[in-house]
Amino acid sequence: MRLRRTMMFVPGNNPAMIQDAHIYHPDAIMLDLEDSVTIAQKEAARLLVYHALKTIDYGDTEMVVRINPLSTPYGKKDIEAVVKAGVHVVRMPKTETAEEVKEVEREILRVENSLGCPGRTKIMAAIESALGVVNAYAIATASDRMMGIALGAEDYCANLKTQRTPEGIELLLARQTIVVAARAAGIDALDTVYSNLNDMETFRKEVELIKKLGFDGKSIINPRQIEIVNEVFAPKDKDIEKAQAIIAAMEEARQKGSGVIALNGKMVDRPVVLRAQRTIELAKASGLI
Amino acid sequence: MNHIASKNIEPRTNKLTNSHKVVGLEEAIRRTNLRNGMTISFHHHFRGGDKVVNMVVDKLAQMGYKDLHLAASSLTDVHEPLIEHIRNGVITRISTSGLRGRLAQEISFGLMKEPVVFRSHGSRASAIANSEIHIDVAFLAASSSDPMGNAAGYSRSANAKSICGSIGYALPDAQYADKVVIITDDLVPYPNRPSGIVEMDVDYVVVVDSVGDSSKIASGAIRDTKNPRDILLAQQAAKVIINSGYFNTGFSIQTGSGGASLAAVKYIRQSMIDRNIKASFALGGITAHMVRMHQEGLIERLLDVQSFDRVAAESLMSDRMHKEISSIEYASPTEPGSATHFLDIVILSALEVDTNFNVNVLVGSDGIIRGAIGGHPDTAADAALSIIVCPLIRGRIPCVVDKVTTLITPGNTVDVVVTEYGIAVNPLRPDIKQKLQEAKLNILDINILKEKAEQIIGKPQPLPFGNKTIGVVLGRDGSVIDEIKNIEAKDM
Amino acid sequence: MKINQATAGTLESGDIMINLSPADNEGISIELNSTVEYQFGKQIRSVIEETLRSLGITSALVRATDKGALDCTIRARVTAAATKATGKDVWE
Repeated sequence: MRLRRTMMFVPGNNPAMIQDAHIYHPDAIMLDLEDSVTIAQKEAARLLVYHALKTIDYGDTEMVVRINPLSTPYGKKDIEAVVKAGVHVVRMPKTETAEEVKEVEREILRVENSLGCPGRTKIMAAIESALGVVNAYAIATASDRMMGIALGAEDYCANLKTQRTPEGIELLLARQTIVVAARAAGIDALDTVYSNLNDMETFRKEVELIKKLGFDGKSIINPRQIEIVNEVFAPKDKDIEKAQAIIAAMEEARQKGSGVIALNGKMVDRPVVLRAQRTIELAKASGLI
Repeated sequence: MNHIASKNIEPRTNKLTNSHKVVGLEEAIRRTNLRNGMTISFHHHFRGGDKVVNMVVDKLAQMGYKDLHLAASSLTDVHEPLIEHIRNGVITRISTSGLRGRLAQEISFGLMKEPVVFRSHGSRASAIANSEIHIDVAFLAASSSDPMGNAAGYSRSANAKSICGSIGYALPDAQYADKVVIITDDLVPYPNRPSGIVEMDVDYVVVVDSVGDSSKIASGAIRDTKNPRDILLAQQAAKVIINSGYFNTGFSIQTGSGGASLAAVKYIRQSMIDRNIKASFALGGITAHMVRMHQEGLIERLLDVQSFDRVAAESLMSDRMHKEISSIEYASPTEPGSATHFLDIVILSALEVDTNFNVNVLVGSDGIIRGAIGGHPDTAADAALSIIVCPLIRGRIPCVVDKVTTLITPGNTVDVVVTEYGIAVNPLRPDIKQKLQEAKLNILDINILKEKAEQIIGKPQPLPFGNKTIGVVLGRDGSVIDEIKNIEAKDM
Repeated sequence: MKINQATAGTLESGDIMINLSPADNEGISIELNSTVEYQFGKQIRSVIEETLRSLGITSALVRATDKGALDCTIRARVTAAATKATGKDVWE
């Protein structure tokens, strides 16, 4: 079970940041070839990211690259480069339809086949427009490779013709839709970046909100944000105890050969077991057990 | 009968502002009987803002002096003008804790015939007290002095121009030098007490326009690092401290001047509050953070040999529990009661650490001198727990290496090394290793860290040192523990 | 292979700026200015030359200003400059 509490955003044209990002232990690193890279730098950034992925030991961190859309002159080469470099996840920006996902999947498979390793690359899609939100479930189920969908709030708000606010009411529908679609599809839901590094208080409140809404994690842009997200996502002691009891009950049922897991006289359903397993993973990652 | 009184009956208000000791710089030098070949000394409490070394050596050069031994507590990049004086034979020997900038570079390339002698602050203090260093004339900058020479690193007058806080490195000089010349930019009425330097040690007082630029000691703002790597290192160091077994009420602590070591104090503060732990004293380089924690009641006393910023300097001036101490009281190896003996925890930085835990803080990995020994070996040797905070690599320069470029602090005094890739504990400290492992910190063998560094940056070629010894490093026992050879200038 | 003048990379810490121009003779000639000349000068020159040769370039004048770039960054920057210099991309 992979945790994705923090996905740290690193511009693909910055060698110093690319080689250092993992020392802060984000769960995932997203090297960006899209909006943070100017047109003049697109070719150079793609090469930096390719060579970095091939050479640098990122440890257990999940490596993600945000490619340019296939509709641009860059997207196809981006896919070729990062799949050849062995990236874990290709992140699609501004995804609006299931067909876009299938196109990307075809391109990824083509490159994988040339390397003799079909199926190794996952996909995630960022939803950054009203149409994307409307199609969230279709996008989330468009491919077996989908591992998550994320919200991109800046472009989404522009599309909605409104502004971002600290309380985020304008994002509520998008957030809830993305979480519901992700859960229905059995994949992860990730929230958007928060860019004001001088206001850690509001950042913490936003993380607490999205955790309540059911998100698995958040995109971050600075190592200082990692600690706060991990703190908010760390399970409470009583939740850890409950989870441990559920896992124990599951083990007992397995040893007895019983198909039914019971705890305190009540049946325990599969979603509850999955949530308990996730709680244990979070507890371990937070150093609590 | 003669009824004229034989004593001086003038009102003393005249005497308060002048005395036979107050003379111009040239006159003061003449009266000290300074001769060619003698030893002159200075302190470095104004750091990058110091004006006195250059002012005095310029004057000595003008007056025709040659072959002088410059025994400064340290030298910085602002002392570049000394290069000319060395070329002209005015200065032929240097003793110091450190060298920086172009002066350091030129000396590294082979500028001087005699090697520079490097000592820690504690060793210098001991050498002065034991006459290994015989100071003929000490030229000591002060932010205020009265006409008799009661002098301090701050001023209580309305005309105060400069402030540096503690002048702890100047106090042994004041006590032991044959002649002491105070140089001040604020002559205040007698008696300028309390003060670090006392009148009976002072021969002459010279008044000048400015002794130093206080904005260059450190600005008024707290030096708070925003660098995420330094913050990460500081947080890790704080975790080491909290789980070390030494983090109990009454503990004492010192931090070095690097960004990560200073910041570590911030990160133990919350734990101190949560667990109701109060420190008995903070030592050393005192900072605004420590002053704040002292004012909050978390640290009982501050023992200050060097004030790192204006907040610390002003606190020294007005707080009885914030004490100025001399470098002898601070760290002298021949002083059994020196403060470092009472230190639980010290957090230090490093240019390099090797797989035997030896530390280099003086010579860069390009072979050029670029730092200062300071109190590094003193505190590491005497503190119950010494923690080195150091990035694994700086750009493409490895900081955990097979063998340090220059040995400054011996490995058997270094207990823990904190890097962003993991923490190494000296095999001599299984007690600490066990505690930190139980606290689930990422403890790695130091050889693994060294290999990790090489894996990232590649294997460096050895430096092309020459055959000329341009510096010797003295250990705390006075013996030579390492030599620094010259390095070729790079073709640019 | 014929090459034109081309530049890639920046002077930021951790990066290397590579300027390629045609050389009169065969062979790759490298003028390097590096903050880690003593420790890695040889290695840097070797990576630059090996990367150019792997792209089919055997004659060039390289002016490189290095601020402590790792080998992977050097390869990326040399390839970027070579791509501009030859008009030939390394991707399909």
